[in-house]
Amino acid sequence: MRQISMRELYEILKQIFPLGELTEQRSNLAFITVDRAQLRPLLLHLRDREGFTHLVLLTAVDWIEDGSFQLTYLLCDRLGQRDLGLRVMLPRDGAAMESIHDLWPTAATYQRELREMFGIAFPESPRVEEDFILEGWTGTPPYRRDFDTLKYSNETFAPRPGRETRDPEGYMKEQLYPDGN
Amino acid sequence: MRDELKKRVVKTPDGQELEIEPLRDYYCEAPPTVMPAAYSKIVEGLFNWARAESLWILGFGTGCGAIEMRPLMTPRFDAYRYGIQWRPTPRQANLFVISGYLSVKTLKRVIRSYEQMQNPKYVVGLGSCTINGGMYFDSYNTITRLDEYLPVDVYIAGCMPRPEALLSGFEELKRIIKSGKAEGANRYAENFDWYKANQKRVIQDWDMPDYNW
Amino acid sequence: MAYRPDRSQYPSRKADGSLDIDLTSGKYLKLWQGPQHPGITGNMAVELTVCGDEVVEGKTHVGYLHRGFEKLMERRTFIQCFPIVCRICVPEPDFNEYCYAVAVEELAGIEVPERAHWIRTLILEMGRINSYLMYLGGQAGALGQGVIGQWTTYVRDLMLDRFEELTGARIYHMFIMPGGVRDGLPDGFHKRMKKTLREIEKTLDDVEDVMFNNAVFKKRTVGLGYIDPALLDTYGVTGPTARAAGVAKDVRKDQPYLVYPELDFEPVVGRDSDVYTRADVRRRDLLMSVDLIRQILAKMPDEGPVMTELPNVLHWKIPRGETYVRGECSRGEYGYYLVTDGSGYPRRVNVRGPSYTHAMALLERLIVNCNISDVAALMVSLHTYPPEIER
Repeated sequence: MRQISMRELYEILKQIFPLGELTEQRSNLAFITVDRAQLRPLLLHLRDREGFTHLVLLTAVDWIEDGSFQLTYLLCDRLGQRDLGLRVMLPRDGAAMESIHDLWPTAATYQRELREMFGIAFPESPRVEEDFILEGWTGTPPYRRDFDTLKYSNETFAPRPGRETRDPEGYMKEQLYPDGN
Repeated sequence: MRDELKKRVVKTPDGQELEIEPLRDYYCEAPPTVMPAAYSKIVEGLFNWARAESLWILGFGTGCGAIEMRPLMTPRFDAYRYGIQWRPTPRQANLFVISGYLSVKTLKRVIRSYEQMQNPKYVVGLGSCTINGGMYFDSYNTITRLDEYLPVDVYIAGCMPRPEALLSGFEELKRIIKSGKAEGANRYAENFDWYKANQKRVIQDWDMPDYNW
Repeated sequence: MAYRPDRSQYPSRKADGSLDIDLTSGKYLKLWQGPQHPGITGNMAVELTVCGDEVVEGKTHVGYLHRGFEKLMERRTFIQCFPIVCRICVPEPDFNEYCYAVAVEELAGIEVPERAHWIRTLILEMGRINSYLMYLGGQAGALGQGVIGQWTTYVRDLMLDRFEELTGARIYHMFIMPGGVRDGLPDGFHKRMKKTLREIEKTLDDVEDVMFNNAVFKKRTVGLGYIDPALLDTYGVTGPTARAAGVAKDVRKDQPYLVYPELDFEPVVGRDSDVYTRADVRRRDLLMSVDLIRQILAKMPDEGPVMTELPNVLHWKIPRGETYVRGECSRGEYGYYLVTDGSGYPRRVNVRGPSYTHAMALLERLIVNCNISDVAALMVSLHTYPPEIER
């Protein structure tokens, strides 16, 4: 069987589903933006018809300036030696997403992590409300961009005095060119 | 708090109803006391010599430093020849090696394990991350100073320290013990409230007794 | 007489699929294995509910090693991230460096010299040997054979010596930088490496005699922890665990990277998909790595640059983009998902460790109906390292 390129696959998929833009990163890796409603049928189609049987990862990116979360579902077709990432944009306020744990049981773990680290709700996912990594965390979910980890650490953990922090650029300039040239 | 730790009423097989509160019922809540030195200096010196020559380490790898414990146990570095060995339970150990960064979740378990160890007990902080946070000085989940939460006798700097550094750290600890200055457990007992306040400030979800033996 | 478990006491399922376990009935006992427990891989915990000697439910608890790397990297420049990435996984840190370096190179458009590729492959294979040696010791130790751990740790130490002369560090090497590697091979490295490899092979012969031909080891591990090959993709199983089930999943062959296309090897495949086969596949994979290192040493160029000229690292800005880079580490597929936004800092890094799926969903499934004494062996056989689950 001739190996089809990612663009050809995109054209095939586009006849069935309304798709967003395509980013070809490498010849065997591409990312497609998908609408939230299209995600589940598209995942099923890719898994059962196109051979993308392996869910590599499910993660989120916080685009705080656009007010949205990007969920990335990365699928791998081992025999076809290619990967396809699906990007789903969610509004940042009250972010919630449908669970896909019935397609891949491992997705439940990813969703638990996203729930805890980004505060994205996955209502039907099993054990999603349980603590996963953190214990008794009540503040801003730590992976959100508006959470300042250094400030939190300094306030909470009583740092040992005597630590000097320098801006690398200024410090190197000072060390290498002390007379200011 | 987990369900099984909550106060509740249970029914015994013979029909009685009992009110139980696991956090109070199952543990002795008396705080630790200061252990006085032996009555004579010679006897105390003998005790300290014996303590220094049998450092039994609790086998709890709390961080990445645990990987250098394995070479120490094996013939190449062979810490056993110095009377150092690893034990599986806190009851049999008197040296707690905090092997690297401590996340808040582990800190809670470390405190429980430390309190279950028998006196006299010692703590060695391994790696830069126990001293000032090291690589993780800005992490929201790792503590930056171990001595705020547990009394530390010796710090071994490095990321990660080599087995030779560990051996030299243990030798230093022996020297301190022999000179009678390794009073970590007593410091913990004396400043018990200060340590508990520090621990409770960091551990959000405190569902254990204040002291457990 | 064959052991027949008594299933009459087993809990039934509730309508929502969870088990109907009433702890006050006295039939069940909740047992924590870990985090302070010698029979646990690293610092994690398994919460077991047992009925007699059999596990009816197991839940993995992680997070004891969480440092928030993905957050810390967002506030470090690209070059500042390089020294911290290796600390994600202790026994085999080089894959973090490799995946991170390649992801950065791909998005920044940096070309790497040919010789650096060979040295990178060499380092990754050396790390794989270390990791497998540690695994063999752990697997035997979980079944009470402490001596295997003593032997394998000794030869692992010899390999650490080679790492030390090559990179200057035993555990965290910080050698594979974006743009190449830090240095070439030292003088006489070939000879000493070959001696170490011979030593490893000799030890593995002994390990085969004492561990794999041991009746107790066979009796306890054959048939334990069977993974149905049909479930591999559903549970995201990769690496030797998948190869032991008869599926030749190996990133080195499936999506060749570095100089693997020029090396002569076939993925090691097992058949029975139980703990014994997984241990055997890893042992044979280790021997294959020994062979690969010999091939690399014979074929690699001796001269040439190992590092590209990089622009001033303090002014690095990488245009907006996202990529995923994977490699085959000793436990399965290791990958980095890197998103950049045109600034000098990564926008988001996600580390995909193989243990993430193995230790959570898969272990929770396999552990049911297993005996308490076999839990440690089963857990070790999945070869999980908790730091890559929680980072």
